[in-house]
Amino acid sequence: MERAYYFAFVEGDFVVLPLHVLIISSIVKILIIAHLLIIGVMAMIWSERRVSGWMQDRLGPNRVGFQGILQPIADGIKFLFKEDLIPNHVDKPLYVLAPAMLLVPAMITIAVVPFGSSLTIFGHEIPLQIADISIGILYILAITSLGVYGVVLGAWASNNKYSLLGGLRSSAQMISYELTLGLAIIGVLMLTVVEPGESALSLRKIAESQGKALWNWNFLIHFPAFLAFTTAMFAETNRLPFDLAEAEQELVAGYHTEYSSMKFALFFMAEYMNMIVGSAVTVTLFLGGWHFFGLENVGGPVWSGLISFGIIFVKTAIFLFVFIWVRWTLPRFRYDQLMNFGWKFLLPVALTSIVVTGILWVTTQSRLLVGIGNVVAAFIVVSIVAGLLVMNKTPEPATPELSGLDAIE
Amino acid sequence: MNAEQILFIVFGGISLVGAVSVISFRHPIYSALALIVTFFAQAGLFVLLGAHFVAAAQVIVYAGAIMVLFLFVIMLLNLGTLSASGSIVGKLKGVAIVLGLLLAAEGIYIAVNALNETAVASAQPTAAPVTTYQIGELLFSKYLLPFEVTSLILLAALIGVIVLVKRDGPDTD
Repeated sequence: MERAYYFAFVEGDFVVLPLHVLIISSIVKILIIAHLLIIGVMAMIWSERRVSGWMQDRLGPNRVGFQGILQPIADGIKFLFKEDLIPNHVDKPLYVLAPAMLLVPAMITIAVVPFGSSLTIFGHEIPLQIADISIGILYILAITSLGVYGVVLGAWASNNKYSLLGGLRSSAQMISYELTLGLAIIGVLMLTVVEPGESALSLRKIAESQGKALWNWNFLIHFPAFLAFTTAMFAETNRLPFDLAEAEQELVAGYHTEYSSMKFALFFMAEYMNMIVGSAVTVTLFLGGWHFFGLENVGGPVWSGLISFGIIFVKTAIFLFVFIWVRWTLPRFRYDQLMNFGWKFLLPVALTSIVVTGILWVTTQSRLLVGIGNVVAAFIVVSIVAGLLVMNKTPEPATPELSGLDAIE
Repeated sequence: MNAEQILFIVFGGISLVGAVSVISFRHPIYSALALIVTFFAQAGLFVLLGAHFVAAAQVIVYAGAIMVLFLFVIMLLNLGTLSASGSIVGKLKGVAIVLGLLLAAEGIYIAVNALNETAVASAQPTAAPVTTYQIGELLFSKYLLPFEVTSLILLAALIGVIVLVKRDGPDTD
């Protein structure tokens, strides 16, 4: 019966810890990771503004502290001391609840993501992961799908047409891209090596099975699925080029138009937290987790754990840089383009990767062939879809004569 | 009382409170939210039973996907506060009471039966959590036919929706 207290560790992992060690180490890990996330958000806000400035050939904030590194703290203080305005026309309970409903899912997803191999302290081998549950991937998908409530309820409770439009757009977008997000992972799960009785859905197992060599990293074996997953993740986090929920030109600020002070800051923090967690998940699933050419095995049991944490940290940081990079590289999609892209290209690619990975793995047992087959199949599917779209395209209606004010524009 | 029982009371309590809230809130959005809370608490109960996969599926499918669509519809139709007298619920009060009493009788019958069997059940250790592998194996061997029939039904529903939407002919894109 005692199993039930700490099944999270006994089941997914071979490490069995005494109860008090488990509780203390878990609390320490939760504290460290929660604070790391918040510090990460601040670092992301600073680097987004500085990198954006750099990409646009301007400086960005560089006054507060060295190179403006204390700017997020100044912003935070400003948010805290601003008047917490609640407009009269809002639905008050939901209006107050919505930012938290977005922030909490963003924060608790990190619980199942491994942030390193393991540390040996006082003779106990402590896995660097808050909870290694046997359904890790499903947990992430479940919690991510709850993030949409914060957006939708905030939008509805604001009682503002721009907010509502933003919220509806965002929920439609999230539902559409969630499918791709889930299906793209299945190929990875199929090739994850597990002992009988273990679960291939545990993120630790997925990271460990990529450890042997570089060509075991999943993004090489499942390249189309990796691209589909990354694209879907950009859509899930509402980042450019998919940030239609808050398209400034059309919707003022989208679902958080009516929010001010710390409540607005919570929306903002949730977006960056989603990005950080999403990057960490992608690194674990596709980019080898804490493995980097055997560097993670250097040093003793303590040093190798710390180095593995450093590797996953750097990988996540590089991926986060890609987020900012893409933001200033690609223009925003139109809404119908977004839906067409999600349903007609990404979803077929994700589905093909499942079929091809399954068939080739059963028949050949070769990761190389699976990798090549995936790329070829995805290429064929995309060509077919594109060909069908071109053939079915109705001739565009002739542009009507411009008159009046339209002609001036 | 061990931790499992305490958690059962917590999750069971939350799911009861949520279920009552669904029918007592006047505004459909709040009712939908209460339903989400209920689903969540039920997922917690599934975890206590060792059915981790079912718990995750519960959250993904019901709390994550279906309820978002519910909210979507409520918002698009802009449903206001409902009044009990004007709606169809008010007219069918008699039927509702009869059906409710039937359900309650059923529940009590099962509970009484279960109480008699508790002595036997509690002597046995908790079953090991069911893994996803086992579920997959069952779905593709023992329950293959129901599984495929379910997917066919879903496919039929999918085609039905497309036919309904495309009713006006292919040229209205």
